[in-house]
Amino acid sequence: MVRLRKLALCAPLLAALALVGCASEGGGIQSQKLNGVKSRGKLLCGVDGKLPGFSFVNPDGSYSGLDVDVCRAVAAATLGDPSKVEYRDLNSSERFAALASGEIDLLSRNTTYTLSRDASGGNGLSFAPTVFYDGQGVMAPKAAGINSLKDLAGKPICVESGTTTELNLADRMREIKATYTPLKFQTGDQTYAAYLQGRCVAVTSDRSQLAAKRTSFPDPAGHVLLPEVLSKEPLTPVTVNADPGWADAVRWTIYALMQAEELGITQANIDTKVAEAKANPNQADLRRFLGVEGDFGKQLGLPADFVVQAVKAVGNYGELFERNVGQGSKLKLERGLNRQWSDGGLIYSPPFR
Amino acid sequence: MATPAVTPWWRNRRLIPWLVQGVAGLLVLVVVAFLVGNLVRNLTNAGLLLSWSWLRNPAGFDVSETLLPFNAELPYWRALLAGLVNTLRVVLAGLIGATVLGTLIGVAAFSSNGLLRRLARVYVELIRNIPLLLQLVFWYFVVFLALPGGEQAIQLPGVVLAKSGLYLGKPELINGVWQGQLRLTVEFGALLTGLVVYTAAFIAEVVRGGVASVPPGQWEASRSLGLTPLQTLQRIVLPQALRVIVPGLNSQYISLAKNSSLAVACGYSDLYSVAETTLNQTGRAVEVVLILLGSYLVIDLLISALMNGVNSWVQIKER
Repeated sequence: MVRLRKLALCAPLLAALALVGCASEGGGIQSQKLNGVKSRGKLLCGVDGKLPGFSFVNPDGSYSGLDVDVCRAVAAATLGDPSKVEYRDLNSSERFAALASGEIDLLSRNTTYTLSRDASGGNGLSFAPTVFYDGQGVMAPKAAGINSLKDLAGKPICVESGTTTELNLADRMREIKATYTPLKFQTGDQTYAAYLQGRCVAVTSDRSQLAAKRTSFPDPAGHVLLPEVLSKEPLTPVTVNADPGWADAVRWTIYALMQAEELGITQANIDTKVAEAKANPNQADLRRFLGVEGDFGKQLGLPADFVVQAVKAVGNYGELFERNVGQGSKLKLERGLNRQWSDGGLIYSPPFR
Repeated sequence: MATPAVTPWWRNRRLIPWLVQGVAGLLVLVVVAFLVGNLVRNLTNAGLLLSWSWLRNPAGFDVSETLLPFNAELPYWRALLAGLVNTLRVVLAGLIGATVLGTLIGVAAFSSNGLLRRLARVYVELIRNIPLLLQLVFWYFVVFLALPGGEQAIQLPGVVLAKSGLYLGKPELINGVWQGQLRLTVEFGALLTGLVVYTAAFIAEVVRGGVASVPPGQWEASRSLGLTPLQTLQRIVLPQALRVIVPGLNSQYISLAKNSSLAVACGYSDLYSVAETTLNQTGRAVEVVLILLGSYLVIDLLISALMNGVNSWVQIKER
């Protein structure tokens, strides 16, 4: 009798334990977005699509660029295949609505990280790590003889509507007490077409974007960037606020690319590094990072080898930068602020621990 | 001997229509209540309850060529108002321009001059078969932005036509930028031209239909009384044609007002363009779209009311 009573007491306890077990099993898969991406087998990624170096369509119809590589890395980390991305070309006015409505899973479209876009009372977005530290610049034709912002007083300036640059321009011109005429266009194409037609004396945008667009001008050498930097423009991939699980998966995939550079892991040597980690139980840091031991992947709801998949797909952050916008590209941008923290830059991944 | 048969309720001619109407009305109410409830529930879940306090925050962006004075320190509602005034400006000018051009082309279809007749036909077929957005882009980027700028601008006494706009009243070149007492920008010019040219093609068809509805006997009778063709048109034909033309014009006018929201294609700061920037800066999508819907609805209803007034004025007065 006594035994039986004990058993009866144990039964509910056991049942409760089983339930708890189930709940913790499902810990990584509470994210609706992440599950959505997995069951769809495809990542919907919002990009610009017309910005050389960041996201543009190649002659063969494929996409490439820094922003595109972020999409590819996330697809590789979540689905194990960087090609499983469906791109949506969005203009600066459409992008947040597309994200909020769920039309895209991830917005990787040279978007500036700001308070009002992040805050729940504002746009209510969730920002991943910044992938490109930029600043707003102004470009003018060399022949116009414009050397500083002051020279633009009273003149028309072309700007894309719905951007932070539109607001910064208003602020800076107010500071120097200069009147000007903002000419706003919905798309980058219209903005630069109006500038090239001579409707505005100058065009303003992120310095990287100006440099990128200049490469497609008929006469790139005929246009100069003014030395002034109007603002800080940390360009950052974005997800919706409402899904922290998905935001974490994206965040740590991007950190993985940065951490890989710090550890000297490249697209070329990733397989040797994995073999090395497997063979050597003493390299605990490397083993955890590459998913040979531990459960980092599971905690994020991702496969254990998500870091390996991401680096295999696009290389580490440094490779990605040089290939798309750095010395390996037409843009030839300096790394500047986008160097690793250990080289005096701002690229810093928190520890994988 | 038999008691008069009482009509059962399901065959009652008075009750049934009421019942059917009542059920239909109830269904509509249920659907509307469901939709509104759904909207509110979803907005609440997404943390996006309607709020209008942001309208009083400073806008922080500039709007070019406003009739009302505007700068970045003024609140959002002032920015939206400035955009609305810009929209009204282009709609009003467009209505007048399209009516004049459309009437001329519509009447030209009845000209005794064969060349004029065919030109009117070609105009209508060419313009109404090309999308308006393409036409606006064409007018802005190909025609207006090809104008010479700076010192090469087209200069006539008191008038200067440059890449940046049309200047009237002692225009002068200051620091490489034209200044004048009265200025129309090329953005306004391109939008207005596009709207007028496009809508005129449709109005021309409405006018042609109206004039064609007047019996040929009226023309002949008028001629036999010794009236000139112009007098015939003015005194005999148009007053009768107007009864057919006015209702058709109404819908063309409304289209023009709605089409003005394509202004964003040629850089003109109309209500839609300002609202779009506002939406982006504030993230208040639902509220901004409601304001947009409301504004265009009011503009169109006003045009409609006006045209209904005109319509009852041109109708045959039955005494």
